Amino acid sequence: MSPLNRKLLRDLWRLRGQVLSVALVVASGVALLVMSLSAVSSLRATTDAYYDRYGFADAFAAVKRAPERLAARIRAIPGVQAVETRVGAFAIVDIPGMAAPATAQLLSLPDRGPPTLNRLAMKSGRLPAPGRDDEAVALARFAEAHGLGVGDEVVVLLNGARRNVRLVGLALSPEFVYAMGPGALIPDERSFGVLWMGRKALAAAYDLDGAFNSVALTFSHDARPAEAVDRLDRLLDRYGGAGAFLRADQTSNWFLMNELEQLKTMATVLPAIFLAAAAFLTNTVLARLIDIERRDISLMKAFGYRNVEIGLHYSLLAMAMTAVGVLIGWGVGLALGRYNTEVYATLFTFPFLTFRPAAGEFVISAGVSLAAALAGAIFAVRRAVSVKPADAMRPPLPVRYGDGVLPKRLTGHLDHPTRIVLRQLVRAPLRALITVVGVALAVGVLVMAMQWRGAIEHLATAFFEDAQHHNITVGFYEPRPMSARFDLARLPGVLAVEPTRAVSADLIAGVRKHRGGLSGVPAEPPLNAIHDARGWTYPTPAGGVVLSDVLATKLGLGVGDEVTAKVLAGARPTLKLPVVGLVETYIGAPAYVDLGILNRTLGDGRVFDSANLLVDPEATPALFAELKATPGVAAVTVKARALLKLHETLGETVLIFTSFFVVFSGALAIGVTYNATRVALSERGRELATLRVLGFRRSEISYILLAESALLTLLALPLGCLAGYGLVWLLVESFATELFRVPFAITPDAYAYAVLTTVAAAAIAAMLTRRRLQDLDMVAVLKTRE
Amino acid sequence: MTSPTTPVLSGRGLTKVYGEGPSAVHALRGVDIDLNRGELMVLLGPSGSGKSTLLNILGGLDAATDGRLLLDGEELPGHDDDALTRYRRDSVGFVFQFYNLMASLTAEENVALVTEIADDPLSPADALDIVGLGDRRRHFPAELSGGEQQRVAIARAIAKRPRILLCDEPTGALDIKTGVLVLEAIERVNRELGASTALITHNMAIAGLADRVVSMADGRIVETRANAERLAPADISW
Repeated sequence: MSPLNRKLLRDLWRLRGQVLSVALVVASGVALLVMSLSAVSSLRATTDAYYDRYGFADAFAAVKRAPERLAARIRAIPGVQAVETRVGAFAIVDIPGMAAPATAQLLSLPDRGPPTLNRLAMKSGRLPAPGRDDEAVALARFAEAHGLGVGDEVVVLLNGARRNVRLVGLALSPEFVYAMGPGALIPDERSFGVLWMGRKALAAAYDLDGAFNSVALTFSHDARPAEAVDRLDRLLDRYGGAGAFLRADQTSNWFLMNELEQLKTMATVLPAIFLAAAAFLTNTVLARLIDIERRDISLMKAFGYRNVEIGLHYSLLAMAMTAVGVLIGWGVGLALGRYNTEVYATLFTFPFLTFRPAAGEFVISAGVSLAAALAGAIFAVRRAVSVKPADAMRPPLPVRYGDGVLPKRLTGHLDHPTRIVLRQLVRAPLRALITVVGVALAVGVLVMAMQWRGAIEHLATAFFEDAQHHNITVGFYEPRPMSARFDLARLPGVLAVEPTRAVSADLIAGVRKHRGGLSGVPAEPPLNAIHDARGWTYPTPAGGVVLSDVLATKLGLGVGDEVTAKVLAGARPTLKLPVVGLVETYIGAPAYVDLGILNRTLGDGRVFDSANLLVDPEATPALFAELKATPGVAAVTVKARALLKLHETLGETVLIFTSFFVVFSGALAIGVTYNATRVALSERGRELATLRVLGFRRSEISYILLAESALLTLLALPLGCLAGYGLVWLLVESFATELFRVPFAITPDAYAYAVLTTVAAAAIAAMLTRRRLQDLDMVAVLKTRE
Repeated sequence: MTSPTTPVLSGRGLTKVYGEGPSAVHALRGVDIDLNRGELMVLLGPSGSGKSTLLNILGGLDAATDGRLLLDGEELPGHDDDALTRYRRDSVGFVFQFYNLMASLTAEENVALVTEIADDPLSPADALDIVGLGDRRRHFPAELSGGEQQRVAIARAIAKRPRILLCDEPTGALDIKTGVLVLEAIERVNRELGASTALITHNMAIAGLADRVVSMADGRIVETRANAERLAPADISW
C-alpha cells in the first residue's frame, strides 16, 4: 500500500469521531432515499403484479339500468379489449354482536366461473355456487375484523329485504386495495366491506334481470382511453350513465398512487437536505485537516508529489467518509424500507407483498451522496493544492483578529471568555453560517415531522366537527320522497333530520372539465350549513353554485363567472350556473346548490338520497336496530366511529413516521454540532490548554469551547422554525390533491418539540466534545510551536 | 542584593516515571529542590535532563509519581485536578517559549483574562507598563513582534501578583536583542514584585542573571551553585 493510502486510513481512524458524524448525516439522507424509493418500487412492483394477475380494469362506469345487450356495443368500441358487466349496490349488513349496521358494497360475480376482470384473490373458501342466492364471498379484512370466517352467516338488507347470507369464501380484490366506505377519510374494515354474490341473486333483488348497472373494461395497448371513455359515456347516456372514469380515478387505485407520489416527493426533498448538510460538513472537516497538515502538504510537494496526487488524496478522504455513510444508509434504508412497506401493507391490502428494492435506489443514493461530498470537498482541496512547497519552512501567518465588526461598545461590556467566543465567530463567519444552517435544517425537518399529527387532527376537526353537526348519515339506494324525512324524524332518538342529494355531473368552464357532482343542500339547513375551512359558514345559494376553491382553481372560475353543469342523473339537464361563492375545503371538491332548485331542474320530484341525522347518543342502539330494518337504506355512517378509526390509524402511522425523523434529524443536529465543536477544539486546543495552565477551571474553558455552539444553536432555532414553516408549506403544496388537502397548520407544540429535540441533540454533541477536554495536554503547550 | 533563604516552594524526593515495567522511563529520580522567597533561580540542563518535568511538577501541571510538594512548608492539599487548578490559579504565573497568547484578545485583554480570576491583581495597564508595553495595549497579538508578544505573556503571568513565576525557555524563540528585552522584564518583575522565579534554559549565558543556578542531568540535580552577583540582562550576550 502506498504511504499516502496508509495515511488516508490512519487519518480516517484518527478522525473517526468526525468521520462518523459526517457519515451519520450522509447515512440519514441515503437511508431516507433508499427507504422511500425501495418502498415505492416494492409497492409499485406489488401493485403491477397484482393488477396484472387479477385483471384490474382500465375503466369503470356506473349506470342506472342498461340492458345486457349493450355489452356487445361496448365491446365494439375501438380499443376495448374485455368488458365485464355487473350489478352493484350499497347495502347495510347486520352482523351478530355489532350494534351499528355495517355498510357493504355488493358486487355481482358471473353465475358461472370467475369474472373476466377484477378477479378475486381467494384467501379461503370458494366462489358462490351457481344459482345460490344466499352465498357470498366477503372482503377478507371486513370478515376478519368481525371474527367471521367461511361458514358464518350475516344478514344483508337486499334492497330492503333481510336475507341471511352465508360466507363461502374470503377474498381480496384489486378494486379494494384501499377499501374506503362512504363519508370516511380512511378505511375502516369494521364499518365498511365488500360482499360478492351471484349475478342472478343481486339482479333479482335490485330489479336488474337482463340488465346491469356497473361495467368494467380493459383496453388494448393501442387504445386511446379518453376517446373510448367518451364513447362509453355516449352509449350509456340514455340508460342513466353516471359518467365513466379511468383507472386513475378509481378510488382505491387513486389513494394507492397518491401515496406512491408522496413517497417520491419525500425521496427528493428530504434526502437533498441531509446530503447538502453532509457536503458542508465534509468541507469543514477537510478544511480543518488541510490547515493542520499545511506543512505536511508543502513537504510532500517539496518531495515532488504532484498537485493531482495531493488533491486526489484529500478527495479520497471525503469520498471515504461518505462511503461509510452510504453503506450505513443502505443498511438502515433497506431495513426501514422493508418495514415501511410492511406498514403500507396494513393500510393497503395485497394478496402478496414483494419487497423488491431496485438497483437504481442504491446507485442513485451512492451517486448523489458522493457527488455532494465531492462538491463539499472541492473548495477545501483547492486550498490544499495551492499550498506552496516553501510554506513548510515558514511558520503560518498569525491569525489576524480585529475589532472592526464588533464595536468596542459591545465587547467592552463582556467578560473576556465571551469576547474570545464572539471574535472567533466573526473571524470564521462561513463556518458559523454552515453550523447555523445545518442545525436550522434539523429543526425544520423536525417541525415538518412533528406538525403532521396536528395538521391531520386539524383536518379531522374541521371536517368532522366544525363542518358537520350531525352524528349519523343514512344513505338510500334510490332517492326518497321528501315526506320520508318525517319517517326518519320518528325513529328513536332522532333530534333533527337534514335531507341532501348528490348527483354526478360534468362541470365545464370553457375547455376545462371536471367530472364530479353537485351537492344539493336545503335552503335553511338545520345541521350542516356550507362550511368554509377558515371557520365560517356560507348560506345556501338561492340559485347559482358555491364552489370549493380547489374546483374553482381547476376550472379557472371566480365569483360572478358561469359554470356549465351537465347533470348525469334524472332528466340529465345541462345547467348554466353563476358562481356565487367560493369556500375552502380540505376534503373533496364539492359544488353546492340549493336542493329545492336541484330537484326542480332534474324533474324527478322533491326527493333526497341521503340524510344527516342528529341523534341522542343514548338512543343510538334502538336507532341502529330500526335502521337495520328500514327498507331502502343502503349505507349508515357513524361519525364517531370514523373519527375513532382516524385517530387509531394516525396514532400508529404518524408515530412511526415521526420517530424516523426524530432519529434522522437528531443525527443531523448532532453531526453538525459535534463537527463544529470538534473543529473549534482542534483550532483552539492550544489556547484552551494555555488557559488551563493559567489556572482556569475545566468548566471555564468548557464555556469558551461550547458557548459558540450554544450561541449558534440559539441562532439556528428561530431560523429552523422558519425553515420548517417553508418545508411544511412546500409539502402541503406538493401533496395537495383534488381529493384532499392537508391543511397548513403548524401547532405551537410542533415548534416546541422540534426545538427541544434539537437542543437535546446539540447538548449530546457538546457533551461528546467536552469529554475531550479531559485529554488536553497542558505540558505539550509549553513546548510546542503551533 | 542579599540572597533570600526561606523556601517558598520545596520539592522533596520528587520522582516521575512514565510507563511501566521494563519500558518505564525515569524522568525524575528523587529530586530535592527549594525555590527561595524572592530569588531568581535558573535551571540548566541538556534536553532530556528532566528540567521541564520538574518545572511542570513545581507548577502543578503534572503530578509527581512519588515525593512531596510543599508551599510555604505545607504540603499541597491534594493532587487532584481541582487542587492543582486552585494552586495554579492562586500562586503560579507561567511564561512559555511560544507565548501562547489568545489571538482573539488584545494585549490588555490577554492580561485582563487572568486578572479577572485573581484575588488582588495589578491592573492590566500597570502590568503592561512594567514590561514596557503600556503604549501597545490595544494591539492584537498578530500586530505585535515576537518579543512584544513574549512581554505581554510576562505581563499576563505577573498581573495576578503570583508568588511563583515559572518561565520555560522564555527567550528560546527570540533573537538576542529581543531576548534581552524579555529577560529585562523578567528580572524587573522578580526584583520589583518579589515573585520567586524559576527559569528554564539551556543557554549558559542566561545563568548569569540568577541568584542560584541548578544544573540537571539524567533526572537528577548534579550541581547547585550561587552566583556571587547577579548580572544585568544588558550585560550578557550569546
